[in-house]
Amino acid sequence: MNTQTEKWIVVGHLNDIARRGSRCIKGPRFNIALFRTADDQIYAIEDKCPHKQGPLSQGIVHDGAVTCPLHNWVINLRTGQVVGEDEGQVRTLPVKLENGLILLNMGISLVRAA
Amino acid sequence: MMRKKLVIIGNGMAPGRVLETLLEKQPDAYDITVFNAESRVNYNRIMLSPVLSGEKAFADIIIHDEAWYESHGIQLHRGAPVTQIDRERKSVTAQSGVVTLYDHLIIATGSNPVVIPLPGHDLPGVLTYRDLDDVDAMLAAARTKKNAVVIGGGLLGLEAAAGLQAQGMNVTVLHLMPTLMERQLDPAAGYLLEKSMMERGITVITKANTHAITGDGRVEAVELDDGTEIAADIVVMAVGIRPNIKLAQECGLAVNRGIIVDDQMFTSDPDISAVGECVEHREQCYGLVAPLYEMAKVIGNRLALEPDADYQGSVTSTKLKVTGIDLFSAGDFGEAPDRDEIVYRDATRGIYKRLILKDNRIIGAVLYGDTQDGAWFFQLQKDRTDISEIRDTMIFGPAYVGGEPLNPTGAVAALPLDAEICGCNGICKSTIVNAITGKGLTSVDDVRSHTKASASCGSCTGLVEQLLALTLGDAFQADAVQPLCACTDLGHDDVRRLIIAKELKTIPQVMQDLEWKTSCGCAKCRPALNYYLIATWPGIYKDDSQSRFINERVHANIQKDGTYSVVPRMWGGMTTPDELRAIADVADKFRIPTVKVTGGQRIDLLGVKKDDLPSVWADLNAAGMVSGHAYAKGLRTVKTCVGTDWCRFGTQDSTGLGIKIEKMMWGAWTPHKVKMAVSGCPRNCAEATCKDFGVICVDSGYELHFAGAAGMHIKGTEVLCTVASEDEALEYCGATVQLYREQGRYLERIYKWADRVGVDTVRDQIVNDPARRNLLFRRFLYSQQFAQVDPWAERVAGKDWREFTPMANFSMLEAAQ
Repeated sequence: MNTQTEKWIVVGHLNDIARRGSRCIKGPRFNIALFRTADDQIYAIEDKCPHKQGPLSQGIVHDGAVTCPLHNWVINLRTGQVVGEDEGQVRTLPVKLENGLILLNMGISLVRAA
Repeated sequence: MMRKKLVIIGNGMAPGRVLETLLEKQPDAYDITVFNAESRVNYNRIMLSPVLSGEKAFADIIIHDEAWYESHGIQLHRGAPVTQIDRERKSVTAQSGVVTLYDHLIIATGSNPVVIPLPGHDLPGVLTYRDLDDVDAMLAAARTKKNAVVIGGGLLGLEAAAGLQAQGMNVTVLHLMPTLMERQLDPAAGYLLEKSMMERGITVITKANTHAITGDGRVEAVELDDGTEIAADIVVMAVGIRPNIKLAQECGLAVNRGIIVDDQMFTSDPDISAVGECVEHREQCYGLVAPLYEMAKVIGNRLALEPDADYQGSVTSTKLKVTGIDLFSAGDFGEAPDRDEIVYRDATRGIYKRLILKDNRIIGAVLYGDTQDGAWFFQLQKDRTDISEIRDTMIFGPAYVGGEPLNPTGAVAALPLDAEICGCNGICKSTIVNAITGKGLTSVDDVRSHTKASASCGSCTGLVEQLLALTLGDAFQADAVQPLCACTDLGHDDVRRLIIAKELKTIPQVMQDLEWKTSCGCAKCRPALNYYLIATWPGIYKDDSQSRFINERVHANIQKDGTYSVVPRMWGGMTTPDELRAIADVADKFRIPTVKVTGGQRIDLLGVKKDDLPSVWADLNAAGMVSGHAYAKGLRTVKTCVGTDWCRFGTQDSTGLGIKIEKMMWGAWTPHKVKMAVSGCPRNCAEATCKDFGVICVDSGYELHFAGAAGMHIKGTEVLCTVASEDEALEYCGATVQLYREQGRYLERIYKWADRVGVDTVRDQIVNDPARRNLLFRRFLYSQQFAQVDPWAERVAGKDWREFTPMANFSMLEAAQ
């Protein structure tokens, strides 16, 4: 039997991520990078730079953006848009904070694999 | 000609200002009589708090002393409350029985403090906070008593609390609402304020419903609704003020909450005006000084027969007068769907700024921790300025207005002539511009020597340059300083100099004090600042791992597929069978796909999964190996040849010296990577002549080299000098690296630094100046005691564990259909 779960999933607490830091979530289809900015905003985007697939979760977080560790592309965390001269788009995911808990919506319900 | 009789009831700040305005224009038009209920002259009531806290004396806050009244021929009745106004006879009667006739009367009776009729509110020891008598009573209590409770966490209550605390009392503030000063501050700023109060030792209880004040014959305690009892020798009620309308009401003037006045401050009787906290204008009563002054000006001008514009009501702003707490609030800061906001926070420094916008205009502002731009925001708000053009940068203050990132001169051009450019020396824009045009100045140095602007802390250098550019146009050739990054106009050297000059010890402090244009920097400046701070303040600065590039954050090298490479240190390129076995075991155990010998004489394990890093390090640590810092802007390797141990040409123990150098140097953070080598003879098998620092052993000693490179650029080393002993080689090496650490720009290799400052300059300091060399060496060794900690062992022990663990793992789950 498969267990149906909510689309909004608690993935952790705000304090699990350092300010201006990031944590990775291994998703069923792709990896997700969760970011916490200096002012405690939380963003979720796919953990993959549109340039050379660098893991964005490993980048430096500044204001509402992250710089990819591989070749310094800068991604706007809110829109997923590449900032500056380069062009590209990273998939963003809805994420919200409730009483310090981080809820992520991967757009799908999850079931335990049979 | 008979002069008209002007009578004023009240002698506070508002009527004081009326008189100033009037007398400046018409010094002799009226016979003036002032009735003052207090037995004092006119003083600055808003400065009572500094008197309470002991920072000022009463004499400091007097506005008009006795001589002033005398010289203006004003008759001042002190300690003379007025008891009656007779509008028929146009006279006032004072308590003493004195009757005075008026042609025009001004009522300025101010306000009374609200006293909540709690049980026990009339006990001795219950005070209000309104005038100097209250302050004297509080000061008297502070001398002999211990515990004070302040009811009311508004402006006055908090000032009273801070003052009493400064006088040595234990102070508790009781506030009915969930956050302090909720009428002036939003919850975020209210929270910061509460934190600051608590930090200075004042207890704050919010949502505190006072039930009763208790005591036998005098105050002993305050009881809350929930049963809490707080010991109290004095209770200060500071819950609000109420306009004092008694006289006006008794003589039949129109009153509501206050005495009703029109836009020229006339009451319902055209021979009587009212001003100050006792009035109600367009259904508003005011308790702050700025509106009172605006009202006073309207009356003063009118009496001088130079009627001014009508009083239109005031947009008010508030500052808390507690030393060490900077707080500013103005306008409306509630949230509503049609409003926008701009928020700036700096948690570490306790700074919070919020602007509330509606239709591209500021309608409210809350500043906490840094209020220097409050006046500017407030002016924009009062002028209803359309801020859409400056919206992106205005939270950083007027210095950035119009400051398109590419056109900083626009911001300077927009500054008014009296704008202060150099804060240290108080030099304004016009002074500098006049000096440039009048004296034909062409450089920043010229401006420095003629005006002193930018001669002290130098943080206005950029502004001065822009003024030169603006004034001279194309004639000005800037000393093209490359900014550190787009977040600042300052170059690396200026930033470093200012970090030391201003003793900046955190990244937010640097960004705040050097006026960074972004709220938290970028991937270029943050690692640079982190390095400059760690190099400048060893043992003091706390490394900010979030400002390090990933490799230095996780102490491994990221590879193109997101895996990492791990390189353990092999001192001087030496290893042992045990180490090699341990490396082989680790490679097997963690299925590490590639094992490679590096150019720096050690072994690289490539393709390690991030989650595995701590376990890999644990196994390597267990075999006695530590991080090789192959990822660091720091010492990488010291390559050696086998020297006299084995080589038939070897002249010295090159391997042994290499190991000694590596043991001394490892862990040091530098502007860029540092590679070293020691060759045992001039055949140079360790390739020491293309290293950042190299040693060639010769019969007579050690030839020291520096500033070589074999990367993108190939460059042979420069010879520093020859020394006779290993100890000297070590000292010269440490001193050279320290000089580079102190002067090098972040990401500038040694050879580029040496090229920039001059090879001879380096030689002068290291070779020809033994005292300086020794000082540099000592500074290096001092900072090493904080740097030589194996980062792998720390992380094996649990440091930064979150970095190496995914927050959640759903990869075993599937999407439901």
